[in-house]
Amino acid sequence: MQKNHLIELLTQKDNRKKKSKIPARLDFLQSATGAVLVLFIIFHLLFESSILLGKDAMYALTKAFELDFIFEGGEPLFIAFLAFGVFVVFILHALLAMRKFPSSYREYSAYRLHAKMIQHSDTSLWFIQITTGFMMFFLGSIHLYTMMTQPDKIGPFASADRIYSDTMWPMYLLLLVSVVLHASVGLYRLIIKWGWFEREKSKWMIKAATIFYLGIGLVSLGAYMKIGYEHRGEYGKRYTVEIKK
Amino acid sequence: MHRIYEDGGREIVLTIFRHDPNNEDSIPHFQDYPIIERPGMTLYIALTQIYTSMDHDVSFDFVCRAGICGSCAMVVNGKPRLACRTLTSEFSEGKITLLPLPTFQHIKDLSVDTGTFMNAMTKQVEGWIVNNSPQDISTIEKPVEPELSDEIFELDRCIECGICLASCATKVMRPNFVGAVGLNRVARFSLDPHDSRSDEEFYELIGDDEGIFGCMSLMGCQDHCPKHLPLQKQIAYMRNKMVKVR
Repeated sequence: MQKNHLIELLTQKDNRKKKSKIPARLDFLQSATGAVLVLFIIFHLLFESSILLGKDAMYALTKAFELDFIFEGGEPLFIAFLAFGVFVVFILHALLAMRKFPSSYREYSAYRLHAKMIQHSDTSLWFIQITTGFMMFFLGSIHLYTMMTQPDKIGPFASADRIYSDTMWPMYLLLLVSVVLHASVGLYRLIIKWGWFEREKSKWMIKAATIFYLGIGLVSLGAYMKIGYEHRGEYGKRYTVEIKK
Repeated sequence: MHRIYEDGGREIVLTIFRHDPNNEDSIPHFQDYPIIERPGMTLYIALTQIYTSMDHDVSFDFVCRAGICGSCAMVVNGKPRLACRTLTSEFSEGKITLLPLPTFQHIKDLSVDTGTFMNAMTKQVEGWIVNNSPQDISTIEKPVEPELSDEIFELDRCIECGICLASCATKVMRPNFVGAVGLNRVARFSLDPHDSRSDEEFYELIGDDEGIFGCMSLMGCQDHCPKHLPLQKQIAYMRNKMVKVR
C-alpha cells in the first residue's frame, strides 16, 4: 500500500497536509450527472409523447433515432448505445447521490421528526427526492436494460404491446411519476445550490413544468395502452410491416 | 374556546417542554400555562410573566429583548424563532407550544447551550481576519469600496442565534455539519479585502462533507433566519469557489 494513503487514513489529509479534493469533485459530478439526466428526460418525455401526434409521427421519430437518414431502414443499435450512455450516467448519479441518503435509523428518524415539526416545504421535498430516487434504482434500471437489450422493439405497436400486452404499464406509471418528480425537485435544488436563478421564479416555473410533463406523460401512456389494447390480437406485429407494404 | 376579558385581553395557553437532562428523576413532558394576553405581548413577556407569577422553575434564555443578542431562540409551534420578536397575537387560536432548539446541547426546559457550538465553529472555520503580510500601523488602512463594505456588513448582521442550524434537516441528521452560520462566516471573510486568505486556504477549512459540500440546499436556514440574511446566496458563492480549487 502506498504510504500517502496511510497518511490520509491517519490524518485525513495528504502528505502536504492538504484536504482531499475528492469531495469537491464528487459534489460537482453529482450536480453534473443530475443536470445531464434532467436534460435527457426533458427531451425523452417530449419524444415519447409524439404518439399523441399519431402513429406516423412516433414511427418517424423512432426511425430518425435509428439514423434511417444515413442507414436505410434504421439501425436500432444506436438506441442501445444511447441507452448504455444514459445508463452509465444514471448509475454514476445514483452512486454519488447515495452519499446523501440517511444511512441509519437515527438519521432517518431525525429527518422525519424534524420535517414533521418544522412543516417547511423545501425540507419535506427532500423526502420526495430520496424516495423517488430510491424507486428509480430499480424502475430506471428495468427500463434502461430493456432499451439496451431490445432496442429494435420501439415503435407505435411494439411499444404499445410492451406496455399493454407485456403488462409493463404499472412499471412505466411508477417510473413516470418518479422520474418527473425527481427531476423537478433535483433541478430546483441545482438552481439553488449553484445560485443560477432567482428562487421563487424558478419554483413557479418548475411547478408548471412538472404539471406539464406529468400531463403529457400520463396521456401518452394512456395512448399506448389504447393502441396496445386494440392491437392485442396481433401482438408482435410491427407497424412498419403493416403500413409500408 | 378562549375567554376574552373586558379589558380586551384574551386567555392564551403556552405549552412548554419541561425537562432537566442533568436530573435523573426528570421526565420529559409538556406543561400548560394559561395566561392573559396583553396588547403588544411578545413571547419573551409571556415567559417572564410565567416565570415571575406562576412557575419560578421554568428555564429560558434572554438578554437584549430586542432581537440583537440571539439568546431567546426557541421552537414556536414548530418554527425556530426569537421569542422576543414573536408576538403572541400572531397565533389566532391562542395555543403556543414552545420547545428548546434542536441540534444544541439541552440545558433545561427552553434553555440550550449555543455557545459551545459557536465557539467550536469559530475555531473550525477560523472566523477572524487573517493577514500575514507585514502591517505598517503608521500608514492609513487601504480603503474598501462602499458597495463591498455594505455586502460584508450585511453578512456581519448574523447574531449567531442558532436558528439556521435548528431549521436545517442536514444539521439535525449530521451533527458535525458546520451549518449556514459557519459558511456565512467564511463567505464574510472571503469577501473582505483585509483578509489575505486564498480559496485554497478556505478549502482547508470547509472543503468537505462537514462543510460546504454537506449542504443539501434544503433552505430551512434562509427561510427561518430572523435577520433575513441571504444565506443560500453565500453558500452558493462559496460552493462555486470551492469546486474550482485544484
